[in-house]
Amino acid sequence: MTIKPLLQVKNLKTSFFTDDGEVPAVEDISFNVYPGEIVGIVGESGSGKSVTSLSIMGLLPNPPGKVTGGEIYLNGKNILQFNEKQMRRVRGNELAMIFQEPMTSLNPLFTIGNQLMEAVLIHNKWPKKKAYDRAVEMLRLVGLPRHEELMNAYPHELSGGMRQRVMIAMALICNPKVLIADEPTTALDVTIQAQILQLIKEINEKLKTAVLLITHDLGVVAEVCERVIVMYAGKIVEEGDVHTIFQNPQHPYTKGLLQSIPDIRKKEKRLYSIPGTVPKPGSVKKGCRFYSRCNVRMPRCLHDQPPYYTTEENHKVRCWLVEKEGEEREQSTITTSQ
Amino acid sequence: MADISTDKMEVNLEEEQVISPWKEAWRTFRKNKLALVGGGIVTFFILLAIIGPFVVPEGIDDQKLTEARLQPPSAEYWFGTDDFGRDIFSRVVHGARISLSVGFFSVMGSIIVGSFLGILAGYYRGIVDGVISRIFDIMLAFPSILLAIGIVAVLGPSLQNALIAIAIINIPTFGRLIRSKVLSVKEEEFILAAKSIGMKDTRILFHHILPNSMPPIIVQGTLAIATAIIEAAALGFLGLGARSPKPEWGRMLADSQAYFINAPWMMIFPGLAIILTVLGFNLLGDGLRDALDPKMKT
Repeated sequence: MTIKPLLQVKNLKTSFFTDDGEVPAVEDISFNVYPGEIVGIVGESGSGKSVTSLSIMGLLPNPPGKVTGGEIYLNGKNILQFNEKQMRRVRGNELAMIFQEPMTSLNPLFTIGNQLMEAVLIHNKWPKKKAYDRAVEMLRLVGLPRHEELMNAYPHELSGGMRQRVMIAMALICNPKVLIADEPTTALDVTIQAQILQLIKEINEKLKTAVLLITHDLGVVAEVCERVIVMYAGKIVEEGDVHTIFQNPQHPYTKGLLQSIPDIRKKEKRLYSIPGTVPKPGSVKKGCRFYSRCNVRMPRCLHDQPPYYTTEENHKVRCWLVEKEGEEREQSTITTSQ
Repeated sequence: MADISTDKMEVNLEEEQVISPWKEAWRTFRKNKLALVGGGIVTFFILLAIIGPFVVPEGIDDQKLTEARLQPPSAEYWFGTDDFGRDIFSRVVHGARISLSVGFFSVMGSIIVGSFLGILAGYYRGIVDGVISRIFDIMLAFPSILLAIGIVAVLGPSLQNALIAIAIINIPTFGRLIRSKVLSVKEEEFILAAKSIGMKDTRILFHHILPNSMPPIIVQGTLAIATAIIEAAALGFLGLGARSPKPEWGRMLADSQAYFINAPWMMIFPGLAIILTVLGFNLLGDGLRDALDPKMKT
């Protein structure tokens, strides 16, 4: 890879400090987002997807949450060392985020136009007229009709899908380089989901905004992402491009997730699901975190944490099963992840 | 960049007109008969306070000791006269200005100070919250009228000091109210969204959290005006508020004590004025609560 990553997360560790002591929610996460690509982060609830995204934005609820280790580089600068003022300049301007719940993501007391213009004016000292025009332009970009009326509309007059479009417009209004979308379609119904995903994809193509898409839905990933990161219990267990992951999943967890997608051609009495639940953060002290739910576990998995193997180009797996094929590349894994 | 997926998207903007949340609240309010009555009474007293003093026959202290002492209500003196021969009707009307200003300004003071402290406590939590909330707790541990009497005793009895005392004793009510509201509003996703576009704390506080915390403040504020008027009357009655000859309603009640068997009108009319104003503000406040707070809707 000769292209420099836009967003580089290195050995990120985020913990929550509770009455029971430090509970790590995310441990040793490393990944890159390159300019203009869409990267998906998949995993069940509790796997640390949202914590990862909030850590990048610097918006973890603190206390109790705190980034305790690692680095996050945006354009080569470690934003974890930024102070609050510098971070505010990054948010919205270079990094933007959209959220799961479009129904509550807009302030109910102000009009759409008011809120969009506010978002521009935070980072730009523009005259009102220019901000207004920019807001209208963004509404057009996200495919909302009747811009002038919409500018004067209140959030409660809009449907969920429209609100999510407004949120996307607001996030993109200052032309950020990376858009973090935290389950942007979860709260929407299926047809709207498809439209929003389509929109994200189109915006990615037109504006070349890199997108970090956080989801628990592999269908969403297959539709829009180029690369996928699979997380389990606060760790990355597999990473690769979409085709590899879907056609040649290596980690038993990824396999389980893929198996859980119902297949329209098969007649099944019962849909497949991975038995058990994600272990409570901090409860697995040693060995593989997936051990308790793995169907191909081995005795060593209980005691030894599997390393992160690179099995083929751009495909990394954290599992003892790929030890043999990964062995010769193990050295290279260490060098690339440092 | 024109035509990104403008599919057949349903645009359900209300066809007739754009309704803001405030207009919606007004619609609910309008249907509530009692609230309208309350609103009417309040409007009446406000108008009375503004223009009344210019149209009544007498000033606040036009004594007619020889010719018109303790006259019962008549065509000339609608509410009768008092022991100094002053027209009670004129004095009650003048008193409206005093009572309403005391109610209004003391509550404004409580709201401003209380909201500021409440917002700080609710948004920053931690030690700030600890200190502010404990101060509120201490203040609320006193019966409010006793605290007011104490404050007036320190400052010296006068109408202005009574107003300050009433403002102070109501601060914790508003402070706690807005604190709890801030605690819930700041967890709303749109606050997180505002942070995610790089908004400053102060702007989030005053431009997003404060307006969203306003409805309960408006309701509580209206109800508090009623209480403040009663408290002002109580302080006046105890001789700790307005001094004679100021026609403050509570003061007038106190002055009527010696005569109420022979001249009950001296007591009845200022008393009625207090009851009506307080009732008006209470009905209005209840109506506002129903209109502004969706959880209370029946």
